[in-house]
Amino acid sequence: MRGGSFGVPTMEAFILQIVNGLDKGSAYALIALGLTLIFGTLGVVNFAHGALFMIGAFCAVTLSRLLTASKTVIDETKTDFLGNPAKTEVPYLYDIVGVDAANVIIDWAVPLSILFAIPVMMLIGVAIERGLIRHFYKRAHADQILVTFGLAIVLQELIKYFYGANPIPTPAPDAFRGSFDFGAMLGFDPNVIIYPYWRLVYFGFAAVVIGGVFAFLRFTTFGMVVRAGMADRETVGLLGINIDKRFTIMFGLAAAVAGVAGVMYTPINSPNYHMGMDFLVLSFVVVVVGGMGSLVGAVLAGFLLGILESFASMSAVLDVLPGINQIILYVVAIIILLTRPRGLMGRAGVMED
Amino acid sequence: MSIADDLANEPGRGFESGTPNSVLHIDDVHKSFAGLHALSDVDLNVVEGETHAIIGPNGAGKSTLLNVCVGRLKPDRGAVVFDGHVLTGKQPHEINQLGVARVFQTPEVFPELTILENIMLPALSKRDGQFKLNPFKAFAKESSIRDEAEQVADSVGLQSQLTALASSMSRGDKRRLELAMGLIQQPRLLLLDEPTAGMARHDTNATIDLLKKIKEGGMTKVIIEHDMHVVFSLADRISVLAGGRIIAQGTPEEIKDNPKVKEAYLGEEQV
Amino acid sequence: MLGLNSRDLQLLLLVIALTAFAPFLLNPFPVDSSLAQFNGGYPDLMQRFVIFGIFAIGFNILFGLTGYLSFGHAAFLGAGSYAAIWMMKLLTMNIIPAVTLSIIVAGLFSLAVGYISLRRSGIYFSILTLAFAQMSYSLAYSVLTPITGGETGLQPKISDPRILDGPLAAGASPRASLFGLEMSSSYELALGGWVFTFNVGYYIAAILMVISFYVAIRIFRSPFGLMLRAVKSNQNRLGYTGVSSKPYTLAAFVISGMYAGLAGGLLVAMDSQAGAERMFWTASGEVVLMTILGGAGTLIGPVLGAGLIKYLENIISKINETVLTGWFSWMPEGLQDAVVAMVYPFVGKGWHLTLGLMFMMVVIFLPGGLMEGLSRIGNLFSRKPKTSTDADDGAANSAPKAAE
Repeated sequence: MRGGSFGVPTMEAFILQIVNGLDKGSAYALIALGLTLIFGTLGVVNFAHGALFMIGAFCAVTLSRLLTASKTVIDETKTDFLGNPAKTEVPYLYDIVGVDAANVIIDWAVPLSILFAIPVMMLIGVAIERGLIRHFYKRAHADQILVTFGLAIVLQELIKYFYGANPIPTPAPDAFRGSFDFGAMLGFDPNVIIYPYWRLVYFGFAAVVIGGVFAFLRFTTFGMVVRAGMADRETVGLLGINIDKRFTIMFGLAAAVAGVAGVMYTPINSPNYHMGMDFLVLSFVVVVVGGMGSLVGAVLAGFLLGILESFASMSAVLDVLPGINQIILYVVAIIILLTRPRGLMGRAGVMED
Repeated sequence: MSIADDLANEPGRGFESGTPNSVLHIDDVHKSFAGLHALSDVDLNVVEGETHAIIGPNGAGKSTLLNVCVGRLKPDRGAVVFDGHVLTGKQPHEINQLGVARVFQTPEVFPELTILENIMLPALSKRDGQFKLNPFKAFAKESSIRDEAEQVADSVGLQSQLTALASSMSRGDKRRLELAMGLIQQPRLLLLDEPTAGMARHDTNATIDLLKKIKEGGMTKVIIEHDMHVVFSLADRISVLAGGRIIAQGTPEEIKDNPKVKEAYLGEEQV
Repeated sequence: MLGLNSRDLQLLLLVIALTAFAPFLLNPFPVDSSLAQFNGGYPDLMQRFVIFGIFAIGFNILFGLTGYLSFGHAAFLGAGSYAAIWMMKLLTMNIIPAVTLSIIVAGLFSLAVGYISLRRSGIYFSILTLAFAQMSYSLAYSVLTPITGGETGLQPKISDPRILDGPLAAGASPRASLFGLEMSSSYELALGGWVFTFNVGYYIAAILMVISFYVAIRIFRSPFGLMLRAVKSNQNRLGYTGVSSKPYTLAAFVISGMYAGLAGGLLVAMDSQAGAERMFWTASGEVVLMTILGGAGTLIGPVLGAGLIKYLENIISKINETVLTGWFSWMPEGLQDAVVAMVYPFVGKGWHLTLGLMFMMVVIFLPGGLMEGLSRIGNLFSRKPKTSTDADDGAANSAPKAAE
């Protein structure tokens, strides 16, 4: 950033912060979208949704581990430091598809994990809904919160048991590592707005997923029924439509959205077992700001808050208000709730009992 | 010109003052829901000490009118004035503290509290105001309020054990409990929303007798009722609401003979 | 007596007896026996029982009575801890100023948080409190490091001013005390194979818990408590009864915040350290679990819940693979390995997994908590017709009892 003091922020700095906020904003938007879907259709506040995001991330970890599962081969041509023949790890995949193809597949493990994560997450989502959430539709909201909260703890502890407590680096494909000069593309001076490729990929990916979910809800019969159900569950039930089954599928879908959001986030932030809760709290803030029950609100607020957070992290801002980047989202949420209790786009009377 | 219009043209019906002994003054109240006019141009004066019945076919706007009075709904236009206080825009608890109590049509009691606690609570609220921090006062020591509550329970004929939870009561008993909760506050104005709906004839008569007794005490009452037997036994004056408008107002005799009322009730069995 | 009816008095006496004889009750096994690992009667654990008992009693005043589910109460406990440690650093190692300030600070903090959070109800309220707690946690870890010590937390140091205490004797370290009575000092009583430890800190905390419990009973049985229960039962109706629920819920919030502050202050009094992790959301979740496990809305439930959770945490965390192998050594070898492998994830470091599972199980199968479980068992054995769904000390029975 130029002109380090808190003065006139340059146009470049402004754009830099906006693009910087996009990737985090995308993650917020995706999680908040799933939260809102579940909340709007099933009327359940899912505290385990962050855990689904986290499990998605670990789907990527799992797949890349599976792909690199190796056998030990003694390489006679090399020796280790003791002079013995060196042992090298050779992925089984080499034997299956050949070395070159295998290397490409391993390199692209993270994007490939999407294919792996979608069915897994759908299954997990449906299992959670059928096995647990279904029994809580008629219980008090406090009970729903508590049981999903318990579930979140269980899920993250299971992940911790199997994968350990440390973050697991999961790199993006080679082609997307590194950064590019986004500013120069827009006609600014070179080397002012440098932006990592993967973040742009993440933003594009999020846009596609969000667009897909909206198109699905708008243009399919299934989506229409779900939207009708979100507006008025009882009426749709009276029409004889098996809304429960559709809601189960919605839960699976929301889980898949959270899951793929987690998969793609792994190169940005090495997954650890508690990332779910970290994101969940912020995603709730996003939902509250966007307006409980509003899908558009959730997405808009997600990006808005992501960008806002990025602005709050500018050193010029931090010089004046130290630590503001840590709390800006909460502060915004508090202000919104006090001035516009329904959030930016919320409906009246949602969850206000 | 309808009777309502005649009344509206009476002198001395200013916004703030009302008629000299008017307790509740509803002034030109409008309320619509999504374009549907639930109440239009409603003007109503309730005189001190009277029992004023509001009747009308289903969907005429009777409950909406009560909801506007107690602060549950905000009118789009117009005002409700009680005893010189503009109620419009006030919170329900503020309105209650001014001396307006409401008996709900569908019993809205506190299911997890005992019957006795349900009755004592409004009395405590009247005595202590909106908020009182008294964490070290034993509830059990509130013997005067407790005695009062037992009397009121007795007077409404609550046979159930007063120490049982309200959730265990029958629907009919819950209605008595509702009534008791309204009566114990000895409000200046009691709004009753179909106090006998769903009651057996015998119980209805007992309720009428009870309300008659209270009438002698001088409490002002507004009563919404379907049962014309109840209305004509209790009401001093009647307002007829149809389609969100007051189409007639007067003594029971006047209302009985009013052709407009008959027209409004066409198809309804009671008249 | 003490303004309590006979039943509440019995309950209070029970709690007094349990806490007074805890060193005996919790050490039922001789020191040398293989079951000694299940003894809970050592000072550190007993202190935690009563301190978290205070925390849960306070939380229950909010959640149990009004139904407002706060996910941020750990923030008040943390704030209390920081307040106490600063008193110890600046003023004196005597715990009275420390604990007093921790109650005041937590009370003020909860007043601010409650004032804002209580503008919303239901799930919004839960999220708001969670957000506030996470915000406090982030701040304590980062910007507020000069006040909170950041990641390392705070401990009394020899170099601290402590203006009321004289200079420390050479080589002495600052220890928390009550007018010279050190929190860490204990008296050990050996009887046969048993050893019982009587710890000063424990008894001071226990006395405070008994007082807290007594105050909670009074609140439950007051008209104020009735209003709080009415909020939970039917908040809307309360308005038409002339009561504004907000000041009542705020008062309950602040009272429970002050309880949390007291607990935080006492934690510091016992272990002389404070750190941000006490504010983490898991800590908030833990007190929720204690309360519902024991029975939200019942008087003694949260105390039992707190005790049970802290006991299990301590015991289960200590179990390692060797211990497990020892337990199942009577099994055939293959089966033994299988059983050990199955149980292992839930013990030792896996305590949180067990905690989460317990959390779910309680909510699913026993929403009324242990007290409901006890009353269900009680109902099985007595033919008494069920007049109320309440657990034995349920507040709903207060009025009739009082008449006798």
